[in-house]
This record gives sequence, C-alpha cells and structure tokens, in this order.
Amino acid sequence: MRQLWLIGAFAGAVALMPAFVTSGAALNLAIMTLYAALLGQAWNILGGFGGQFSFGHAVFFGTGAYAMAVLQSGFGLNAWLALPLALALGAAVGLLVGALSFRYGLKGSYFALVTLAFAEVFRILANTFQFTGAGVGIQIPLRDSAADMQFAGKPGFLYAALTLVTASLLVAWWLKRSRYGAWLQAVRDNEESAAALGVDVFRVKLGAIAISGALMSAGGAFYLQYFRYIDPHIAYGPAISVEALLAAIVGGMGTVFGPLLGAAALQLLGEATRGLLEQTPGANLIAYGVLLVVVVMFLPRGIMGLFEAKR
Amino acid sequence: MKRTSRRRFLANTAALAGSAALPLGLRAQAASLKIGVLHPVTGFLAYSGNLCRLGAQLAIDEINAAGGIKSLGGAKLQAVLGDAQSKPEVGSAEVERMNEQGCAAIVGAYASAICLATTQAAAKYNIPHLVDVGVADQIVQRGLKNTFRFGPGYKVTAETAINQLHILNTLARKPARTVMIIHEESLFGTGTANLLSSQLPGLGYEVKEVIKHANPTRDFNNIVLRIKAANPDIVIPANYYNEYALLARTMKQQNVVPKAIYSVLGGAASSYKFVKEYADVANGVIDVNHWFNPKDKRAWALKKKVDAMKDQFFTYEVFLNYQSVHLLADAIERARSPKREDIIAALASSTWNGHFMPYAATRFVDGQNQSALPLMMQVLKGDIRVVLPNTYAETEPVFPWRA
Amino acid sequence: MTESGILFASVLNGLTTGAVYALIALGLTLIYGVLHIINFAHGAALMMALYGVYFLREKAGIDPYASLPVMVPAMFAAGYLLYRFVIGKASHGKDENILLVTLGVSIVLENLALLLWKSDTRSIETAYTFSTVAIGSAMIAVPKVVAFGGALVATAVLLAIIGLTDLGRAIRACAGERQGAKLVGIDVEHVFAMSFGIGLACLGAAACFLLPAYYVNPQVGNGFVLIAFTVVVLGGMGSFVGALAGGFLIGVVESVGGLWLGESLGQIGIFLIFIAVLLFRPRGLFGARA
Repeated sequence: MRQLWLIGAFAGAVALMPAFVTSGAALNLAIMTLYAALLGQAWNILGGFGGQFSFGHAVFFGTGAYAMAVLQSGFGLNAWLALPLALALGAAVGLLVGALSFRYGLKGSYFALVTLAFAEVFRILANTFQFTGAGVGIQIPLRDSAADMQFAGKPGFLYAALTLVTASLLVAWWLKRSRYGAWLQAVRDNEESAAALGVDVFRVKLGAIAISGALMSAGGAFYLQYFRYIDPHIAYGPAISVEALLAAIVGGMGTVFGPLLGAAALQLLGEATRGLLEQTPGANLIAYGVLLVVVVMFLPRGIMGLFEAKR
Repeated sequence: MKRTSRRRFLANTAALAGSAALPLGLRAQAASLKIGVLHPVTGFLAYSGNLCRLGAQLAIDEINAAGGIKSLGGAKLQAVLGDAQSKPEVGSAEVERMNEQGCAAIVGAYASAICLATTQAAAKYNIPHLVDVGVADQIVQRGLKNTFRFGPGYKVTAETAINQLHILNTLARKPARTVMIIHEESLFGTGTANLLSSQLPGLGYEVKEVIKHANPTRDFNNIVLRIKAANPDIVIPANYYNEYALLARTMKQQNVVPKAIYSVLGGAASSYKFVKEYADVANGVIDVNHWFNPKDKRAWALKKKVDAMKDQFFTYEVFLNYQSVHLLADAIERARSPKREDIIAALASSTWNGHFMPYAATRFVDGQNQSALPLMMQVLKGDIRVVLPNTYAETEPVFPWRA
Repeated sequence: MTESGILFASVLNGLTTGAVYALIALGLTLIYGVLHIINFAHGAALMMALYGVYFLREKAGIDPYASLPVMVPAMFAAGYLLYRFVIGKASHGKDENILLVTLGVSIVLENLALLLWKSDTRSIETAYTFSTVAIGSAMIAVPKVVAFGGALVATAVLLAIIGLTDLGRAIRACAGERQGAKLVGIDVEHVFAMSFGIGLACLGAAACFLLPAYYVNPQVGNGFVLIAFTVVVLGGMGSFVGALAGGFLIGVVESVGGLWLGESLGQIGIFLIFIAVLLFRPRGLFGARA
C-alpha cells in the first residue's frame, strides 16, 4: 500500500511541476527522464521481474514508433486512434519473439542475443520497405494540437509521459503483489522449481514479454509524437536498447521504482557532464563512462540497493 | 573564443522559472549577442561536426575582429557551443539550453535527422535557426517560419547533377549510355538515388543497377564485382566519406575504370583530405556538390587560413557554416535589433550578396535560399577544379576518363 | 564476367572477409566461453588496437604485419590490466553489472580516442595496398589473402595454448567449473584476467590484418560488434574452430546474400542465421552441449 501512495505522490508532484517550473530546458529534462523511465520499466518487466535479459528491446520501440508513423502519415489515422493499435502491435511482436525464443528454451545470454538479432532484422526490413520510408524514414506533419497528440507546449507532453510512466509503475506494482507476478518472479528465480510447482512457465514468460513489448512500444509512440521523425537507425538501433537496460539496471532490477531512479540518475549524470570542457569534444562523455563504471562498482544492486537491506 | 560558463542546472532552474524565453531587449545594453553553434561533435558524425564548428567559429572571430555588429553599437557575437552527440534528441535538448541562455539565433546541426528535431525545438521559442548543411528537403517544407537554409537541398542538387551530366555527355558526343548508382542507405543517399533513378531514363540513360549499402560498409569487393559485371559507363556514388573512399580504393584495386565516376554530393570526392591522402584513386573523379566560387579571392584567403591549421581541411562543412554565420550577422545588422523575431524578419527579406558562394543574392522562400546551387568539380592533377557551369569553370572537364 | 565467375569471386571475397570476422570472434568466444560475459567493450578494444597499428606505421614506419610481435603482447597486457583492475573489481561477479562495466569502458575508450586523435578517419598505404592475387578468375586483394592465413594461424595457436599448456588447462577448469577450480587452488581471478588478455591479444592480431584493407576512426569498432557476436554464436560459444568456421560461413553468407538480395537487405541473411542457430542449435556448430 505504501508503494501505491508513493506512486500517487510521485504522479502528483510531477503533475504540479508546470505550475512552478516554466523553464523549457527543465521541462524537457523532466520529459526525457520520464521517457527514459518508461523504457527502463518496460525492460524491467521482462528483465528485472522476469529474469529474461533482452539486448534488443528496440525491436518493440521501433514497432510502436513506426506503427504510429505509418498509420498517421500513410493512412491518415488520428494519433489517438493509432496509439492502441501501436501498443497492440508492440505486444504482438513481443508474443512473436517470445513464442519463438521460449518455445526453443532460450535463456540467459542466448535469449539476450536473439533479441538483438530480431532488432537488427527489423531494422534492415524497415530500411528496405517503401511503406516505412526505407532509408528516408518517416516524418509526421507538424500539428501542435492535442487532438493530434502533438501538444503545443511542453506541459502537454509532460502529462502524456507522466501518464505512461504512472501506468508502467502500476504494472510493476501489480507484478510485485499479484499471483501472476509471483509466478513470474518464481520463474526468474528458478525455472525448474517453478515448473515443478505447477507454474505454466511458457505462458508466464509470454505474458511478461507481451506487457513489456506494449510498454516499450508506448515509448516509441511517444518518441515519434515528440520528435515527429523516425528512421530505422533511431527506431531499431542499439542506442535505444542500451538506454532501456541502463536505466533499469542502474536503478535496481525487479523493483517498482528502480527504472525511475535509474533514469533520473542517468539523465542528471548526462546533464552534469554535458557542459564539461565543451571545447574538447568527448571529454564529457569520458566522464560519463567513468562515472557509470564507478556507480556500478559501488552500487552492485543499483540505486534501490541502498534502500533494501537484502532481497 | 569565450568559454561559456558551465550550466549549473539546478540553480538555473530556480532562477529562470518564469522566463521561458528571455527577450534580449530587456537586458541593459548587451555588449554581446549569443549565437548557438550546435553540431554533432561526438558520435559517428564527429568528423563533420567538428569541421562545421570550425567554420562557424572562424566567422564569429572574423566578425568580432572587424568590430562586431555595428548597428548594435559594435556588439560582439558570443558562441554558445553545443554538442548534438549525433542524436536528434540530444540536439533538441541543446536547443532548450541555448534558449535558456538567451541565444538570439542558432546555426547547425549538420545532419538532416538532427536538423529536423532542432529546428522544431527552436520554433517553439521563435529562435531563428540557420541550417548549415542538412540537405533533406523536408527540413524546409514544414512551414516553420524560423528555419532558413543557405545552401541547396538534395532535390536541387540531384536535378542540377542530372542536367549537368547530360550536358557533359552531349558535349563529348554521348559516349555514355549506362549508369550504375551506389548509395548509402539513409536519408540523403536514398533520397538522392530515388531522384536520379527516376529522372535519368527520361534523358536517355539506362540505369543498370541501384545498389544500396549500409553505414558502415566493411567491404566493397562485392559491389565492385557487380560494377565489373554490369560494366556501366558511369558509376554514380552518393555516400559519406569513409564508404566513398573505400569504394574508390576497391575499384582501383580491382582495376575497374568506368568512363566516369560521377558523384552527387559525394562524401569524399570534393574533399581536399581525400585528394591529399589518395591522390591516385581520386584523380578524375567528378562531383556535383557544395562549393565556393573559385573566382572569389575571399574564398581562397579563407582556404589559406584553414590550410595553415593543423590537420584541418577546407571542406563544405567549413565554408557553409562560415557563410551561414555571416548571413546571420548581415541579417542582425539590418534588423538593428537583437530580438529573435526581428532577426527572422531580416532573414526572410535578406538579399545578401556578401558571400563567396556561386549564388546570386539570397532570396528565401519558405526558408530555402532560392539562389543556392551546387557546382561540378573534377579532381585533376591532384587538385579540385570547378568544371561546370561555365561561369565558374576553372578548367575543361576531362570526360570520358581514361586512367 | 560470367555468373559463375561472379559467384566464385564472391565466395572468395566472403572467405577472406570472414577471416577478419573470425579473428575478432576468436577473442570474443574465449572471453565468453571462460568468463561467461558478453564483452560490450570488444569493438572499442579493436578500435584501440587499430590505432596502435596505425601509429606504429605512421610514426615508426613499421609495416602492419611486422607489428604483430608488438601489438599482440601489448593488447594482452591491456586486457589483463583492464580485467584485473576495472572489470573484475567493478562487477562483483554479477552478469548484469559486467555488462554495464564493459559498456562504460567502451564509452570511455571511444571518447578517449576522440579526444586524443580527433574524429578524422585514418588509413595507411603500403606497397601491397592495391595489389591483388589471381585465384582462378577472381582477383583478391593481398591484405585479405594474408588475413585468411592469419586467421588459420591464430586459431592453431589458440588451440595449442588451450590444449597443451598448463595455463590452458587452468582456463578450461575455470570455464567449466569455477567453484571447483577455486577449491583446487587455482587463482581464478588471475586466470580470468589472463583469458581476457588473450581475448584482447586476438584483437591485436586482427587489427594488424584489418588495417591495410580498411581504416580507423573512434567509431570504427561499432561496425564489427554485432557480426562478431553472430560468428561466436554460430560457431559455438567457447570454440575456436567454431569461431573460424563461423567467420568463414558468415563472410560467405554476407557476400552471396549481398549479391542476391542487395548489399543492404543482404545483411538480413546474417541475422536470420543468427536467430535460426540460436533457436534450433544454440550450441552452434562446434560448441559443447549446454
């Protein structure tokens, strides 16, 4: 229950932000942090709670982004109508990848690598077909209206991101307390024992990857609405996959708030190092990399590890 | 070059809460005007990004040395450097920062995908954004009032290239009938290739094959094999520096010598770096690309300056950014105001002819400079010479080419 | 050129390109096989090695092949130290942390290279850069043929080390049974560091063979990482013969696939094979049963 209060307090605090903060840069930072938290939480559902590490989560992200882009620019569908379709497609791709991988018993690094391969396959396909714009990508028309899910001001996007992140937090919370969540965590901790106890391992994992896929594609949809342009490299490239797992692992896998804390920490780290030595390109990123290693060295269970005695 | 103060984010947020856009007119007699200089100086576009930054800074230093913006009492331009890290979302975030720091305008961001994001972000605050290179035509087709591009987009460049190829071929009594297009797979390559392959047949050329390749491509032997097999009269590459160089090297290695290598926005073809490092391979290569007016002494003076710098080359990244900043300065002079909307108005009505590009005076329609056009160059005797159009030609083209 | 002539040349190109993939994968498969970690820093390490070969040539005039005796030990030392003082220390043995640490290391290395040597692409030119060898109707670049030989030699050397030396025995012990190895008194951390060192030493060799036909800049490693993983998986994680065979196979698939489907779409063949192998034969061609 306490966690529910925390989620509510968090949502409330962020919702109030625009009343006190009008700095575009600050709001942008908040929006990008929420966006990163969404990606991280999506990864966390499968990786943290489910124990199935994925290196290719971009496959879901890109699907959501392209679905939104194609439906809007190719079929003229309104963004709000396109969104549920994008989420459904994300879940469907999750089921596809999951059905293949889990049916053949892929685990650990093997599963991680197969997701990476799927992301690459989708990237190459997106680069080939005309309906995804091939190498040119897709740009959706600039509308600046809430009716088209392109909010005129930053607060609109902040609320959109907040809604998605809160939903993802609630999903994580539900996983922590529900029977399904217990099954999932049991599968993570020891698949054989879970199976022996009567858990339908295959279906449980499938459920997790579908949820994870849907949330991740929501992230892709958000990216498209915010930046209005997508191409195969952005959509299915390794950068997104890395961003998702970074936030979740640094924050603390298998926890409700981990990805949020991880996203916040990484964004702040990026901001803090951004302006460093700007005359010397690369210096700031060296600092970022070093600090990342240091953080991992001292917080082996992520930031949430500071709050939890033992798991 | 002034160093901007490191942004102390948390402190600034509190201080700046309540001011989304900082109207510069409210500041007491600003002695300097902040200009955002935003490029991908890290990540996979770092090489080009750094050259872009150099061009912009050279212009800013020159303007300041000559007394700054005279109509604003000699206000100096102050560069606010930004790194887009080769990612659109980082470019956007940098625009936010530049807005907070009160930039009157932004110049950047080299790559089309990044420019799409940064111009949009700048539009929210009505910050004039000069697109230095970004050749995708979508950039100036969104109805954004703040976006201005000094140089040509890929449609104009590809069409010019097609027409000039036809002229070249006709003048030489049409030795070439067949072409083969090798392009990189992303926005610029695909867009250019699409235009070429749809319009060339209309002029009587057979497009034997269009080969799309990835960035990076590790090996060009197979592509060269196919060139050998198809035996086109003309090979048309449209790709970035590394791949262009590797393709050219491999063609030489496999002894594939078409009647011409005719690049459109060739990544390395009109690059002094390429010509210096691969003299044999580069010889004879033709390129339709951004270039300066070879009859203008100022261009050569700047080239001399850049050549004197260690490991720097006078590339299009440098001179397009250099010109864009001068264009901006001219607009600010005419605007007689540091305010963003005034600068935008001045740019929109700009008829600036103080550049050393082969363009007439600037004339912006929907943000695109209508007078912008590319030139055709050929590498001859280890140097890059303009060969078409005649007004700017330094020498006769050698077509067809025999090694 | 005839159809079969093109195909023949394409296959040869694939074999020689694949040889370089094999050289890169040899190190990766050892690191995975022994330490069970997916080394995200492999591409960045390759990049550093390429710079090493470049500077030895530009500053000291040493031919890339002649710099093998310098590069291989240097990369070995770098790998050993990197593992001993950074990766081993920071990860506390947890898989996900090792991932992040190697990721952090790759960010640092890439940007360090950017800082020190700028983003310019650099390449070398040697007497044999443009020479080719005629094999049947095909003309294959000399550096690529040499790389082919190099891959065979490197595989043999690695097999010898693992199979015949005490160190090799210790490595096999640690790979198979970490706890057991500790119990019999093997300094596991030292063995891991040695393995990581050997893995990076392979990159040193790979760089010597790759640079004459390619180039170097700070981002160059990224283009090889995915394909190296594919080769490792196809060949079987932990198998050197597998890395060699996998490299050749992937090289040929890439080459012929490019011919058939176009260079861009042809890449898909690699990843479809990757997925198929993972699904239907995860131990790869030569890997041990899980």
